[in-house]
Amino acid sequence: MFLGGLTRGSIYALIALGYTMVYGIIELINFAHGEIYMIGAFTALIVSSVLAFAGMSGLSVLFLAASVAIIYSAAYGFTVEKIAYKPLRQAPRLSPLISAIGMSIFLQNYVMLAQTSDFLPFPNLLPELTFLERYGLKIGSSEFIILLTTAVSMVLLMLLIKFTKMGKAMRATAQDRNMAMLVGVDVNRTISYTFIIGSVLAAVGGVLIASHIGRINFYIGFIAGIKAFTAAVLGGIGSIPGAVLGAFILGWTESFATGYVSSDYEDVFAFVLLVLILIVRPSGLLGRSTVQKV
Amino acid sequence: MMEPLLDVKELTMDFGGLRALDKVSLQVLPGEIVALIGPNGAGKTTFFNCITGIYKPTGGDVFVTPPGKKQRRISGMKTHRVTAQGMARTFQNIRLFPEMTVLENVMIGRHCRSRVGVLGAILRDGTTRREEKDIVDTSYAILEKMGLAEEVNELAKNLPYGDQRRLEIARAMATGPFLLLLDEPAAGMNPRETDALEELIRRICKEDNIAVLMIEHDMRIVMSISSRIYVLDYGRMIAAGTSVEIMENPVVIKAYLGEEEIEDDKCS
Amino acid sequence: MNAFAQIRQSLIIALWFMFLTFPILAVRVNTIEKVVEWRWPNMIYVGIGSFLISFVWRYFLERKAQGGKQGTHTALLGEATVQAMTVATPSVQATTATEVTPAGQAGAQTAKAPATATGKPFMQRIMAEPRLYRPVLMVLSLFGLAFPFLPFASTYQINIVTNALLYIMLGLGLNIVVGLAGLLHLGYVAFYAVGAYSYALLYYHFGIGFWVALPIGALFAAIFGIILGFPVLRLRGDYLAIVTLGFAEITRLVLENWNGFSFGPSGIAGIPRPGLFGMEMDLHQVTIYIYFLMIALCLFTIFVVNRLQNSRIGRAWVALREDEVACEAMGVDPTMAKLTAFALGSTWAGLAGVVFAAKTTFVNPASFTFLESAMILSIVVLGGMGSIVGVIIGAFILILLPEYLRAFSEYRMLLFGLIMVVMMIFRPQGIIVGIRQIYEFKKASAKEGNRQ
Repeated sequence: MFLGGLTRGSIYALIALGYTMVYGIIELINFAHGEIYMIGAFTALIVSSVLAFAGMSGLSVLFLAASVAIIYSAAYGFTVEKIAYKPLRQAPRLSPLISAIGMSIFLQNYVMLAQTSDFLPFPNLLPELTFLERYGLKIGSSEFIILLTTAVSMVLLMLLIKFTKMGKAMRATAQDRNMAMLVGVDVNRTISYTFIIGSVLAAVGGVLIASHIGRINFYIGFIAGIKAFTAAVLGGIGSIPGAVLGAFILGWTESFATGYVSSDYEDVFAFVLLVLILIVRPSGLLGRSTVQKV
Repeated sequence: MMEPLLDVKELTMDFGGLRALDKVSLQVLPGEIVALIGPNGAGKTTFFNCITGIYKPTGGDVFVTPPGKKQRRISGMKTHRVTAQGMARTFQNIRLFPEMTVLENVMIGRHCRSRVGVLGAILRDGTTRREEKDIVDTSYAILEKMGLAEEVNELAKNLPYGDQRRLEIARAMATGPFLLLLDEPAAGMNPRETDALEELIRRICKEDNIAVLMIEHDMRIVMSISSRIYVLDYGRMIAAGTSVEIMENPVVIKAYLGEEEIEDDKCS
Repeated sequence: MNAFAQIRQSLIIALWFMFLTFPILAVRVNTIEKVVEWRWPNMIYVGIGSFLISFVWRYFLERKAQGGKQGTHTALLGEATVQAMTVATPSVQATTATEVTPAGQAGAQTAKAPATATGKPFMQRIMAEPRLYRPVLMVLSLFGLAFPFLPFASTYQINIVTNALLYIMLGLGLNIVVGLAGLLHLGYVAFYAVGAYSYALLYYHFGIGFWVALPIGALFAAIFGIILGFPVLRLRGDYLAIVTLGFAEITRLVLENWNGFSFGPSGIAGIPRPGLFGMEMDLHQVTIYIYFLMIALCLFTIFVVNRLQNSRIGRAWVALREDEVACEAMGVDPTMAKLTAFALGSTWAGLAGVVFAAKTTFVNPASFTFLESAMILSIVVLGGMGSIVGVIIGAFILILLPEYLRAFSEYRMLLFGLIMVVMMIFRPQGIIVGIRQIYEFKKASAKEGNRQ
């Protein structure tokens, strides 16, 4: 159960990071983010199927599928931002939110209509790690890979934010957009970059979880999105370590709750946690509550 | 007899580690126009926010004595209750209701002086209609007095800047206050508009018996109409007195670093 | 942008979209038969489509950038006069809009204001002229009354229109919360469910009939609304939205899983339709009956919402929407205002829910998904926040149109999503702009001569 929670948490973390980064930089809840994750999974499925039918197999399929999925998710994230959010940067908060919801619905149905509404089986692309056989009961290959990938991604992300020029630009824009513009930061590019990074992470999450669970459909983005969003809020939206922390807390809570209480209500826990956190401490665990300037 | 309308005792406001207001005391007596001045960032708007309940002060007390009533403590009272008590304010950055008409903006001010609820709204009975008419009439009268009657049905956001400032004052007046808190009412105005504003504030004070506590940077209007001036710097009250006293106060001069000298030039 | 640059940009956009949609649109994987289906023609459609659309999009974006202050005057006219007509009071004429013209104000400019982007200037011009809209209104009323008796009005058809009427009621109710008070409510469907399940359960356990259940359902929904209202009081826009969303999903999941209470996913069946003095009616007659019932309820809703809009509480809501801090500083208690908005808004959903249960005789949690909330929200957004007529038109467009364009019904949700995005970008005020009451003053004294 602990491991299950860890695994869940990892996936939520990958998606939650996208939410928290976007919110940090343009104060928008990107409802469509879950759909990016879903599209990543779908793209990977399509690519891997095509490759499989062409006779390829093994690790190369994984890498190709994952790479293509990442590229496409990034492309979708980028495009969605340009179309649905950029024109609304100066608009009151309601507008981009509604636009985001609209985009989410649009993407869901786009995939559903273009592909199918059924669940599609997803091949397990993740390699079997033989050295883990000893621990067969404790930890499986896919779980290990998921955890490893998540950990590596976190580290890479932290490095990026801290040390690269773009990372600095992102932090600056998140703190004060106008000031950032004045000191020469290309805000548009920075925002696009943020979306792209978030989408990449989501895609990775998508490929991993799809391999782990074995099937996908057009709706997985919605549920995963809400949960990841809960995680981001739990940890303090806008805070990157917060998103990760929140994700793991959520993952464990779900694991234990479904184990001990009831599995029917699995999804409810996320929502209840979300509502509670927003009521009790909207700034989240690691967030800072901002005083509104009058 | 001269119970102060507003009596602020040692008001303190901390934001985390930052002390924005440090034991600030201030009084406004009936019939006065009092100015609160100080360099930028001194904490003047924070002061307003604290006494109107937008922020909860970390220390000190705020008392008001509505004319003819007993003194009551309003520290920690919610903003809308403070307004209902009779202390209304305007904002440093204009906060009108942009998508509502000029008249409606003022009518909102009457909200705390009217009572009709949902049922009345739906049924539109006699009481409701009378109250509505009363609200409209009162609001219109205020607008006439402020010179905005021509633009009654215009959306607030379409008004020119000067009119918007006056509308904010009109709106605050509609709440039937005994004390008006004006936050930089002359900001962005040219000398002609400032003179008109001066006239307006004097009239409000005299005719409607409303005392005024005003934050301002424009020394001309401050010196011209205030009976007393308080000076705030870095959250502390560094001086209080009449305009003459303040002008010659070395502490104040230091805080402004030479601004007073320039002021002298202008006056002569 | 000159023509060449435009073409070049559009070409790049077209190529980009072809790239973007390639895996999802052009490739379909059939994992059962291990076959890959290549759909190249889709790429051509995407390419050409995006090429053309990019021109249109760019044009409207430029228009929007130039729009600015002009757009705000638009339709300052329309709604005022329409309000007079929808409430049908014989009193003071709707002379205000066109005649109140103190020195270049509301009236003069807007009648010919150019509509921004995808608006309906034609529609608003009709509404401005009493001579035009009265006959239109009469025709519509006659048609509405006669509709069920017309030859082509089968039971099925009537049901569709009744459905649209339900959504009108829902839209108007949500309009109170979202359009007037500005609280982004993404969980409206929860109250719809409360109403429906109230009737279902009341009947199941206590044999309570429709007419008694109607007010009870509304009451339960209102209470539920207040319960939801309390926790969200201090939350800002986005957070409020998410909490309402969470609330609705929790409600749905509870209904789905708490078998002992709500009978789970299979729902409750056998709910009786409303009776008319115990008359025996066949299916067709009952359908007609429910249709008129809904018309009556809708008219009632329109009446109440109209009254609320221009009342003390209505103004307080709009002030709350515009600037919560300022409105509190002016003496409006935001807590009461928000709770009232939630309570009232939910009441309509509750009423609609009871009728829904009676109409379909069957309730299950699947009818109350987030998508439903989103649909009701898009009706309000499309129609125009705060505008009664707008919501009505929005409901007709979003609900009826897909029914009559059967070929496109699959794409309904797709279009929903698209419409929401497009509307927000190009016309956030909606089709009909909700506008404020205009007052008329006699010159001599401040005598108010408003229409109601």
